[in-house]
Amino acid sequence: MRRYFGRKLAIYALTFVVAVTLNWIIPRFMPGDPVLRMLTRTSVSNPEAIAPMRAYYENVFGLDVPLWKQYVNYWVELFQGNLGVSVWLFPAPVADVILHAVPYTLALLLPSILLSWWAGNKVGALAARSTWLDNTALPVSYALTATPYMWLGILLAWGLGIVAGVFPVAGGYSFELRPDWSWVFVGSLALHWFLPFLSLFLVAFGGWAIGMRNLIIYELEADYASYLAALGAPRRLIRRYAFRNALLPQITGLALQLGVLVSGALVTEIVFAYPGLGHLILQAIQNQDFFLLQGAFLFIVIGVLVANFVIDIVYVLVDPRTRTGMQGAA
Amino acid sequence: MTEPGQLTDTDHVAAPGVPALAEPVVSLAGRRRETLHFALRNKKVVGALVVISGFLVLGLVAPLFTDHGPNEYVGPPAAGPSADYWFGTTTFGQDVFLQFANGIRSTFVVGLLGGGLAALIGMTVGFVAGYRGGLVDELLNMLTNIVLVLPALAVLIILHAYVGVTSVPMQAVFIGLFSWPWVARAVRAQTFSLRSREFVDLARLSGMRPLAVIRREIAPNMSSYLFMTFILLFGGSVLMAATLDFIGLGPTDAISLGLMMNSAVHWSALHLGLWWWFVPPGAAITAIVGALYVMNVGLDEVFNPKLREM
Amino acid sequence: MTLQVDDLRVCYRTLMGEVRALDGVSFTVADGEIMGVVGESGCGKSTLGKSLVRLDNRMKHVGGTVTVDGEPLPIADDRAMNRFRFTSVSIIPQYAMSALNPTRRIGRLVADLLDAHGMSYAATRPELVRRLALVGLPETVLDSYPIELSGGMKQRVVLVLSTLRDPALLVADEVTSALDVSTQRAVAQTLVEFRDRGYVRGMLVVTHDISLVYQIADTIMVMYAGRLAEKAPSDVVVTEPLHPYTQLLIGALPEVGARFSERRLTGIPGRPPGLRNPPQGCRFRARCPLAFDKCAEQPPFVEVAENHQVACWKAGS
Repeated sequence: MRRYFGRKLAIYALTFVVAVTLNWIIPRFMPGDPVLRMLTRTSVSNPEAIAPMRAYYENVFGLDVPLWKQYVNYWVELFQGNLGVSVWLFPAPVADVILHAVPYTLALLLPSILLSWWAGNKVGALAARSTWLDNTALPVSYALTATPYMWLGILLAWGLGIVAGVFPVAGGYSFELRPDWSWVFVGSLALHWFLPFLSLFLVAFGGWAIGMRNLIIYELEADYASYLAALGAPRRLIRRYAFRNALLPQITGLALQLGVLVSGALVTEIVFAYPGLGHLILQAIQNQDFFLLQGAFLFIVIGVLVANFVIDIVYVLVDPRTRTGMQGAA
Repeated sequence: MTEPGQLTDTDHVAAPGVPALAEPVVSLAGRRRETLHFALRNKKVVGALVVISGFLVLGLVAPLFTDHGPNEYVGPPAAGPSADYWFGTTTFGQDVFLQFANGIRSTFVVGLLGGGLAALIGMTVGFVAGYRGGLVDELLNMLTNIVLVLPALAVLIILHAYVGVTSVPMQAVFIGLFSWPWVARAVRAQTFSLRSREFVDLARLSGMRPLAVIRREIAPNMSSYLFMTFILLFGGSVLMAATLDFIGLGPTDAISLGLMMNSAVHWSALHLGLWWWFVPPGAAITAIVGALYVMNVGLDEVFNPKLREM
Repeated sequence: MTLQVDDLRVCYRTLMGEVRALDGVSFTVADGEIMGVVGESGCGKSTLGKSLVRLDNRMKHVGGTVTVDGEPLPIADDRAMNRFRFTSVSIIPQYAMSALNPTRRIGRLVADLLDAHGMSYAATRPELVRRLALVGLPETVLDSYPIELSGGMKQRVVLVLSTLRDPALLVADEVTSALDVSTQRAVAQTLVEFRDRGYVRGMLVVTHDISLVYQIADTIMVMYAGRLAEKAPSDVVVTEPLHPYTQLLIGALPEVGARFSERRLTGIPGRPPGLRNPPQGCRFRARCPLAFDKCAEQPPFVEVAENHQVACWKAGS
């Protein structure tokens, strides 16, 4: 068990190092000297930002310092939580800006991922046994999973937001309100949250439903299912086993889909001008705020790595095969 | 079960419990013909092919009938669909249909190039790791795992932002570079299981070089799987490109379906009610990617006789 | 009489048409009898074994009847068969190594199964533990996951589980083919012991390994291309086979057919005919060294000596 997690953690640590290194290398070594380009561009868009930016640059990318020193400096700054200063929201530190946005992104991502996973698995399992449901839910699921996240978001915003006027289509809460914990504010939060959540939920739901439906059919053909049937076990018992076993690859699938789900959340936030990381990224791109962009990148990587690790732990808890294999009992 | 041909043959056509002993050994060409036969009779495959080739023809042919570029201001601003402008015009008077047709072109370029590159890298890494094993496998596996957990979109955003993507092929290459890991994983696992099979041993014993063994013995036995992988990668690349374009990191010298949606949202098409601006591009992506997925299901039924309808 | 099979016909549905895997098979298994069913791959022996317990969704019952203890089995009706499975007919499948749900502890699996049959696990457990001990398994296997057991252990668990309710008939389908030689013998002996203790009354041991079945079976039935070729007491089949196919089969064995032991093991030249469009007459004709004109007509499966039946024109004369 320790070896298994050790291995996993090693991979995640390495991935983090790679991500940080990429973050350092890309601006530094890309053709056309993006660092220079960045400095000249930002000087136009926000004159005040130049001094602190130059200071940060001198330290991290200081051209008179040897390369390895620049690299080390970058790590040192990183561990001090210094990701630079935002140009767009000058003089706010990038880390603060991002920490402000993260709760919104998590509030979209966590419920939509978990609920779509749960509902998709349920419906997929039902579709595997009902021809009627198979013929209706399956085509819908294929259409949903092929839909680009932002398009479904656009359609929902237009249909339910603008045409029907039921939901607001921009922002995290009504702009007349100031953030506090009053019912009015929480209600406004929920109202603004619903459509982006719904579009994320729907697209992800399609994928899970298809996955479960195919997995369960595969499981129902497995040897253990045939043996149980040969021993006169009722379909109910066999289906229960098949469902439980089919859930395991769906958990792995969750880890594999994380990247896609996160990117879905980013673009959905852009559609709804929802104040999470996706919105920040858009602003960073439009304002040439590269520190903010890089900071957001690191946060996303860290988030995905943490989520991966959580899924690893869950998997070990639910699949006896990994547990026994790790203890070397076999 | 001693001849190599027979082994693959039984894998392919036999119903369980009825070994293909009774069948004459089917040649590779015969198998291909049989596959084609079933593929053309499979409604899912044929339907998907019709949808995809319809879009492909539209993307290839429609732009030929006009002298205007997709971003030129040719008509009245914000006009709805009409005989002159089938999909209406943008707030600036650009022809949405023209943009749409050109965008489909870009979509196919991204899918083919990005999916193709990802398939190539994934297969190479997977074959080599699975066939060589040992340290090579350890290293490649580690690389695969790292790229696998690294959120591709985030990396691509940084790359696009700094490097500045100018053309659709360039974008496709970037996407391909970061979407191969799951292919490598799957191919590695399959190669592992195939390499210990009799006919591969036979080839190895007879002094075939590793590359030749992979190319002549292992790859053909996975060809159906590899083809289906490519289809999924194609769809994945299309969605990824649409996402990047929508964020505003698309190619600067071309139009794409994602860029259309980006402009539509950016210039308040939703509030102005210009639905013809943002509905077609998303619908086209959904239709193309959906058709690819359905084709994959159909091909699965064709390649995997167990799933064929009886 | 435990089992009576009359003119059983079962086919596989494939895209190219129906494959008649079992084409008119009739025989009986007496109380306490172990019958070996042998033949090349694809001769229908596994199909025979499976169709007595459960037709999978590619198999179709075409004709014929099966009775166990005088009660007809509704083999074409999957649901109605559930009443007979486990209690009256049972099977040790070919895939015994993977027959247990990998994510369920074995004890829980047995409990679920008994529960589904309306039986109490707690009440059955002592007997279960006794039988596990009989095959050399400790009680702790009930707390294990299948992955924690070796292949041979899983095989024995399946053997115990399949026979837990003392079925009238047990089909053992290629139970030894995945095991090494010493384990094979042990499993074969266990089958005999289970019969002797009355855990199973009749047994159909389906295998391609005549030398193994010779050690444990009372009767051996040889199948060829979906039909019965020869059936006789084990000694008779091995020492005085009458059907040319049986003779060649025995000849291909290094151990039992001592006369041919120094000859290289070549098997029987040629292949069995395809069963989609089987040839008229004797199906072994094309490979038979003794074939003559009359073989164009199908030879009947007749008793040529006491308890010795053969389907060959040459055998009767």
